[in-house]
Amino acid sequence: MSDTPASQSATPPTSKPLPPFDASQAGKFFFKRGHPGWLGMRYHDHGDNWVELELPWREDLLGDPRSNVLASGPIISLMDMASGMSIWQATTEFTPVVTLDLRVDCQRPARERGNVFGRVECYQTTRSAAFVRGVAHDGNIDDPVAHVAGVFMKITSDPRQKEVKNG
Amino acid sequence: MVDASPPSPALALPAYAQSLGITVDRLDSDRPVLTVEFGSNVEGRPGAFHGGATAGLLEAAGYAALRTKLLAEGRDPVLKPINITVQYLSAGKPKTTYAMARITRLGRRNANLSVEAWQDNRDRPIASAVMNILMA
Repeated sequence: MSDTPASQSATPPTSKPLPPFDASQAGKFFFKRGHPGWLGMRYHDHGDNWVELELPWREDLLGDPRSNVLASGPIISLMDMASGMSIWQATTEFTPVVTLDLRVDCQRPARERGNVFGRVECYQTTRSAAFVRGVAHDGNIDDPVAHVAGVFMKITSDPRQKEVKNG
Repeated sequence: MVDASPPSPALALPAYAQSLGITVDRLDSDRPVLTVEFGSNVEGRPGAFHGGATAGLLEAAGYAALRTKLLAEGRDPVLKPINITVQYLSAGKPKTTYAMARITRLGRRNANLSVEAWQDNRDRPIASAVMNILMA
């Protein structure tokens, strides 16, 4: 099904290759539009196979009128977005992916009026699947708000991807 | 659409759900059917629902179903998420999307729900979820 290698090919391409995916740069256009833009997500940090995003507290994103805590829905969105970006960061390629399964275990509510950070690492990829795990926290990653685990599928059937890859 | 019962006035959706544009479409056998229109605020890949927005709709349907049931029993506890597992079954197209939950088990302290979201065809869900909710 998949014929796109997860890492850069050893054979030199005939045209100039695309630069490797960089979460700190990609965020600039990811977060301008759509659902992540509406939520006000922003890039915070990344490593070789992980990405951390930030979700600012906002009154209209609350879950329960009796507390000033962000709803879990926006936190799922944050973790889903950080998951996708961690896959692109780990594989260095911006191959479209779709979420197959995402599990969120909530340890505690986020702090009142506090921003939430979502750090997700892509710990394994195969030709067609990518596996992620991560933590949502509100400033101290050792005191998590939630843990997540997810499985994504790469979409490589789109012929435009090859055209893009080869310039 | 099928069942024209008006939504329960007691059922207020959370700020996040309202802000995302989620509304109660109807009641189906006393269970609320929630809906959201496609728009840029729920868009992920161009022309498709963002997985997080779909999860938000599923989750809101779960809370709405549980809240409706609890209010009918004269209970009004604070609901806290324990966990949610979302399965994405097909891409959310740029169309009106619905979701409805079934309470699989309602205990004293926790509830287990299964939720489905669909677009044109109720029998072809685009996503499903299993949720555990704590009642404090």
